[in-house]
Amino acid sequence: MGSETTPTRAAVRVEDLVKTYPSVRSKRGTPAAPAVRATDGICLRVHQGEIFGLLGPNGAGKSTLVRQLTGLLRPDAGEVEVLGHDLVRHPERAARLLAYLGQESTALDELTVGLAAETTARLRGMETAAARTARDEVLAELGLTPLAGRPLKKLSGGQRRLACVAAALVGDRPLLVLDEPTTGMDPHARRAVWAAVDRRRAERGVTVLLVTHNVIEAETVLDRVAVLDRGRVIACDTPGGLKAAVGDEVRLELVWRDRAPVEIPDVAALAAAAVVTGRRWTLRLPPEAAREAVTLVTTGEAFAALDDFRLATPSLEDVYVALGGRAVGADGVEGLVKA
Amino acid sequence: MTTAGSRSRTGDEAARPDTPRPDPEADPSTEDTAPLQEPAVPTCEHTPPREHTRPREGAAPHEGAGPGVAEVPEAIGAEVHDGGEAVPLAPRARLWPALGAVYRAQLSRARVARIPLLFVATFQSLGIMVLMRGVVDDGAEARAVVAGSSVLVVAFVALNLLAQYFGQLRAGGGLDHYATLPVPAASVVLGAAAAYASFTVPGVVVTAVAGSVLFQLPLGGLWVLAAVVPLAGAALAGLGAALGLLAPRPELATLGGQLGMSAALLLGVLPAGGLPLVVQWARDLLPSTYGVEAFARTFEPHPDWARVVTDLGVCAAVGVLSLAVATRAYRWAATR
Repeated sequence: MGSETTPTRAAVRVEDLVKTYPSVRSKRGTPAAPAVRATDGICLRVHQGEIFGLLGPNGAGKSTLVRQLTGLLRPDAGEVEVLGHDLVRHPERAARLLAYLGQESTALDELTVGLAAETTARLRGMETAAARTARDEVLAELGLTPLAGRPLKKLSGGQRRLACVAAALVGDRPLLVLDEPTTGMDPHARRAVWAAVDRRRAERGVTVLLVTHNVIEAETVLDRVAVLDRGRVIACDTPGGLKAAVGDEVRLELVWRDRAPVEIPDVAALAAAAVVTGRRWTLRLPPEAAREAVTLVTTGEAFAALDDFRLATPSLEDVYVALGGRAVGADGVEGLVKA
Repeated sequence: MTTAGSRSRTGDEAARPDTPRPDPEADPSTEDTAPLQEPAVPTCEHTPPREHTRPREGAAPHEGAGPGVAEVPEAIGAEVHDGGEAVPLAPRARLWPALGAVYRAQLSRARVARIPLLFVATFQSLGIMVLMRGVVDDGAEARAVVAGSSVLVVAFVALNLLAQYFGQLRAGGGLDHYATLPVPAASVVLGAAAAYASFTVPGVVVTAVAGSVLFQLPLGGLWVLAAVVPLAGAALAGLGAALGLLAPRPELATLGGQLGMSAALLLGVLPAGGLPLVVQWARDLLPSTYGVEAFARTFEPHPDWARVVTDLGVCAAVGVLSLAVATRAYRWAATR
């Protein structure tokens, strides 16, 4: 990873990337869908040795962007340069530069864990002996050795995902493109994945491009994160930098027992600033105001009506909301996963 | 590359897993925090208006950044060399080793998922022969029934099941896995086709032996199956793979595979003599027909080997053609 003095280079450079999916004419039972700009002029720069995240709700264009970076989807316009290679002109080079973990495991489902890793290594150009060694190493690293003989199909969702991660990590690529790698995994497996990724970065300067909509994960593992919404990058910085940009506001969540005591004037005043979801109020307030609000709701009549409250510093989700991204639940759109 | 002025306040921290969460209240730098609705990084490389980032005409691809990009804040605080050497490409997987790896992986799938279907394929052919036992006389018709039933096993697995497999692989996003590996398209298609053709061997042998016994045909010519299975298998598997890869929906791939198998059943098993002319033409178009005919001829007391070789040659030619089409179809389906 670059320090102030060590020069790094862009592992991934994306300029003005555009992909529009054509409109779909209505058929019986399905309404017409207008043309969608899945990526709308995206510019990105990922440094070598960085763990860079793409964060955004479903349909934000993350997977489309990733498919363009991996040579799977041809952009309508724009440039994609990966490790010095122009992938718009030579999409076939992507396979020789990066390892991609997609969301689906259909290609590997009926193989055993060991054979999935070994076959993938062989198809990355390794000789049989080297592929077997690499397979054994990666399975041991991820704690999959006891499952090596089991078909992926018979494993739980998290274990299957872990086996797919093993297939992605085998064969030493300088860039890893991982589309929601830890979906469904237990904390133990998650930790194994991030330890394996970190080791590759420390030992070989591997760059990681990570798609996620898990905010907690984004905050803990990413060096930098780009927040995507409707095919555009609406912010890009370190998680800390993004959170600082939201300002010093803190989030106060109040859960009322039965109903909010809005007959109390101060509580009614809070209601005006709150996002109300059933019994739950979410407020974003300056620390001073938050403190006053906590005092208010933890005394007297208001406290009697209060079930629970929580005071938190901004998360990336707050950043996302503050930047104008679609809030959780708005328009029926899914927000970012919080836990 | 300009970094001054636009670096974020906490950019140096790079927020590692072990980096403590910045406390907004304790952090003195938050005094100059941007207003809430401002983007976190006003001059982020991703948000400049499009005209700023339009690649400069005629500029070398590795030349320094354009006007919009010059403002890129380096949040990590490092100097970026865009014009560095390109990282050397990893080697491609070579055709035959990769084909072997795909073949082996596909064959292992059989243990998990395909054995019940193999039984179905074999019993279907055995049932047809038992049915036809009372209908056809000995001689040419019996030879056609046994040969047709044996090749039907190949059609069931190589055409029908392979069409389903590739149809589902394409629909489920599984092709992405292969498409992001440096493996020749031919390795994937030929490896899968070869594996599916191999699945058929036990069923074909069982069917051919049982049929020969049932219809009192000589067993001496069964060695020709060593040529019939791979060649008819190549032709039908190529067809099945192409169907699966080109069908817009997996259900259509399944339908196409089923229809192809039905055609192989009707046109291959029924003796050709009594069929209407149009159906005979359709029969001539089906690659499995040539496998059936080659195999049927070897039951004759004095087989016409030249015609056996010709029939097998047609099978081989169709096989090469259909596998080439399937390879093209794979490339097309994998990178869309």
